[in-house]
Amino acid sequence: MTTAVFIGCSFIAFGPVLALCVCTIAAEPLSLVFLITGGFFWLVSLLLSSLVWFIAVQIGGSNNASVKKNFLIFGVVFSVLLQEVFRFAYYKLLKKANKGLMTVSQEETIPISVRQLSYAFMTLAIVPLHVFWGIVFFDACEKKKWWAPALVILSHLLVSGLTFLNPQYDGSLVPSYIIMMLMGTWAFFTAGGSLRNLKLCLMCRDKDFLLANQHPR
Amino acid sequence: SSFAHQHFLVGVEGRVDLPLSCSFCWGNSVERKIYIPLNKTAPCVRLLNATHQIGCQSSMNGDTGVIHVVEKAQDLKWVLTDGPHPPYMVLLEGELFTRELMLQLKGSSRISGLAVAISKPSPAQGFSPGLKCPNDGFGVYSNDYGPQYAHCNWTVWNPLGNGLAYEDFSFPIFLLEDANETQVIKQCYQDHNLPQNGSVPEYPLCAMQLFAHMHAVTNTVTCMRRSSLQTAFSLNPEEVCDALSDYNVWSTLKPINASSKINPVDEVIIVATRIDSHSFFWNVAPGAESAVASFVTHLAAAEALHKVPDVQMLPRNIMFTFFQGETFDYIGSSRMVYDMKMDKFPIRLDNIHSFLELSQVALRNSSVLWVHTDPVSRRNESIQPQVETLVEALINSSVGANVTLQEVGQSQPLPPSSFQRFLRAKSIPGVVLADHRTSFQNRYYQSMYDTAENILMKYPEGLSPEETLDYVTDTAKSLAEVATVVARALYQLAGGTGNTSAIQADPRMVSRMLYGFLIKTNNSWFQSIIKQDLKGLLGDELPQHYIAVTSLVNTTQLVQYVLANLTGTVVNFTKEECLNPEKTPNPEKEMYVYTWVQGSRDPNSTSRVPFCVQSTVHLTKAASPAFELKQWGSTEYSTWTESRWKDIRARIFLIASKELEIITLVVGIAILILSLLATYFINAKAHVLFSSPGDGGTVAY
Repeated sequence: MTTAVFIGCSFIAFGPVLALCVCTIAAEPLSLVFLITGGFFWLVSLLLSSLVWFIAVQIGGSNNASVKKNFLIFGVVFSVLLQEVFRFAYYKLLKKANKGLMTVSQEETIPISVRQLSYAFMTLAIVPLHVFWGIVFFDACEKKKWWAPALVILSHLLVSGLTFLNPQYDGSLVPSYIIMMLMGTWAFFTAGGSLRNLKLCLMCRDKDFLLANQHPR
Repeated sequence: SSFAHQHFLVGVEGRVDLPLSCSFCWGNSVERKIYIPLNKTAPCVRLLNATHQIGCQSSMNGDTGVIHVVEKAQDLKWVLTDGPHPPYMVLLEGELFTRELMLQLKGSSRISGLAVAISKPSPAQGFSPGLKCPNDGFGVYSNDYGPQYAHCNWTVWNPLGNGLAYEDFSFPIFLLEDANETQVIKQCYQDHNLPQNGSVPEYPLCAMQLFAHMHAVTNTVTCMRRSSLQTAFSLNPEEVCDALSDYNVWSTLKPINASSKINPVDEVIIVATRIDSHSFFWNVAPGAESAVASFVTHLAAAEALHKVPDVQMLPRNIMFTFFQGETFDYIGSSRMVYDMKMDKFPIRLDNIHSFLELSQVALRNSSVLWVHTDPVSRRNESIQPQVETLVEALINSSVGANVTLQEVGQSQPLPPSSFQRFLRAKSIPGVVLADHRTSFQNRYYQSMYDTAENILMKYPEGLSPEETLDYVTDTAKSLAEVATVVARALYQLAGGTGNTSAIQADPRMVSRMLYGFLIKTNNSWFQSIIKQDLKGLLGDELPQHYIAVTSLVNTTQLVQYVLANLTGTVVNFTKEECLNPEKTPNPEKEMYVYTWVQGSRDPNSTSRVPFCVQSTVHLTKAASPAFELKQWGSTEYSTWTESRWKDIRARIFLIASKELEIITLVVGIAILILSLLATYFINAKAHVLFSSPGDGGTVAY
């Protein structure tokens, strides 16, 4: 019956991504291009950071478990920094490509391991985190607010570092979800949302709002 | 983060960690973290005959079950009634592998498979999965011939036989040959499956999966019919079973032309032994007492006879025959008798003067060797005196040797032997030599415990393989005595008139052969007598003597090479001449077979000195006549076939509860639907949610 577990975990981990793709990306062909390019950039960053880690391990060459763990921590930190560098590079590329439009979507995969449910929920947190980070990062670069990207990098490092606490899943999952909520709120406000809009939306008063806000052109 | 930080193993503590730096490892590393494969196992496969199927069967995608270790009879209750997580996969100690327990398991639906841990040392009460009456119905005794002897009415030959190997099981049964693997399984069981203080063990539980799906069903008639339909009509035939077949090895003392018939007046004495055995599990057949000791004695007698200077002038010829497949209703001997009747063999039934068979001879009680004869044919006035001559020659030959020959009661029938097939065709005077008077001395007849220990082969500690090869055990000395007696008797029966005290079998040669056929075939002597390009023939694991379905199993080839080496002569031919003897015409060459062997290694150099051996060793097909005649339901000839299969393996892993799996699936579907709804809702209201008044700037989706 492990097919059931496979399908369940896939839906948990990639349900939101799938929903995002189906509803937002698939309708607009240009956003699909941005999706693929963004994913490609992120994969390249992962590849380069893995290469660096692999070379470091071969040069270091020891069978000691704690030495290997140190190498892994170094690898993770380096990878996070490289991912953020590539995120910045992607931003620059998008700016050059089209000053007006910025679409960011990323995918991420985590290798399946034994504690499937917990890892699936971690993925569930990581994917929106990358989306929110992208939103905040790009907006901050646009407005030249350089403290925001620094915060993004720090929170990325924090979440990656938290996974070293596994198998203590309450230590890694709960803070990651809290950070995701915080980043989500920050991204919501960065994208132009506000509490007033949310209230309007939820109480279905949006039609009146639109009518009131129409500017004659 | 996207890195897999944790490399912890699937909860089997105490196991050796996988090295993390195994970057270029072949194989799926995720699979290696979940499953532990069991490599040193032997399956139980399905065999079919004209009317039945025997053996074991698993489902197409293997059978999985929660492991339960049964070390005493009370543990079985958990499996059969109490345990809350059926089906169970039982790990059974070898001592408990009995008929009663197996019949209990057979009737239960809570068992999905069985793994038997081989018992070391062998069970003290004996163990034989064979029948109480081996090869019943295919010997000579039937309702027409000695009905009081048929179906073991007079003597039960194998009283310890529980017939397990001839039962049909619907679940897979595997043998765990390595004690380390058994320990790994028990450790996994103790970590996860043990009930704690009477409470039920919780998921995840340690489970085992056995793959052994057999393609053939019902009986030989059905499977051969399906196979022949496939071969006739399908572009890609998928045969479902194969007949058990191999080759008999035979050689004559005086060379004969194997492509033509011998003179009808010539007389031949046939000496016969079987060279195969069987057990409950596939390709596990050490057969020390049931086959190996007998044919090693036979080989030693052949060597002793060839050393006698005047053998080429003897009036009668002697044929040394090694029958393959006798365990399965006399495949080899029935085929030879059939070939003799159909005139396809150089020697006819009328040429046979007498018959001497060596049955199980290694466990002689106070050095007595029993002489069995057939009471029914002895009632014939022409046969009786010839049998008496035979017995007399044997008794005369045993003077001075440490062997006491005694006749069993004249009204006792023959034990299961190849001689019975010859008697079915024609009344021939003959004897069968055995170490048992009534029932077998062998308490592990046709089982996995019939090993070198069973025939009391003991080596002192601390010997190197070379020293072990040359060490002469007491068993070897005892078998050499039997071989000496047999050789002397044969010399007399063949008409020899000289002094027989010079005929002696070599105990050192017997010991080397026992080592090679029971402990390790990859030794220096075997390496020096085989052909040059046969690398796969010699192995380092324990030799097994099962007939199998592939042609020329290792045992047959090795017997052929050993016989050629012991009875042949070295001739001064080049490699070209040796491999192609027909190129240089010579009437002598038709009588002999030439083999180019690789020779022994020079102690100083690494190369070998090959040479050419001239011998009279031939191979003849040992396939049941039932398959030649396409009489697949025959009750006259052996109809044993072995099923085909695709994949046989075993592995253990942890399984989760069904409830957890369903929960995972439901949660996943729920999250998917939820996120679809949320995204659609947010997308539809995006222009409201993400617009600040007056600011049409950065809008991010």
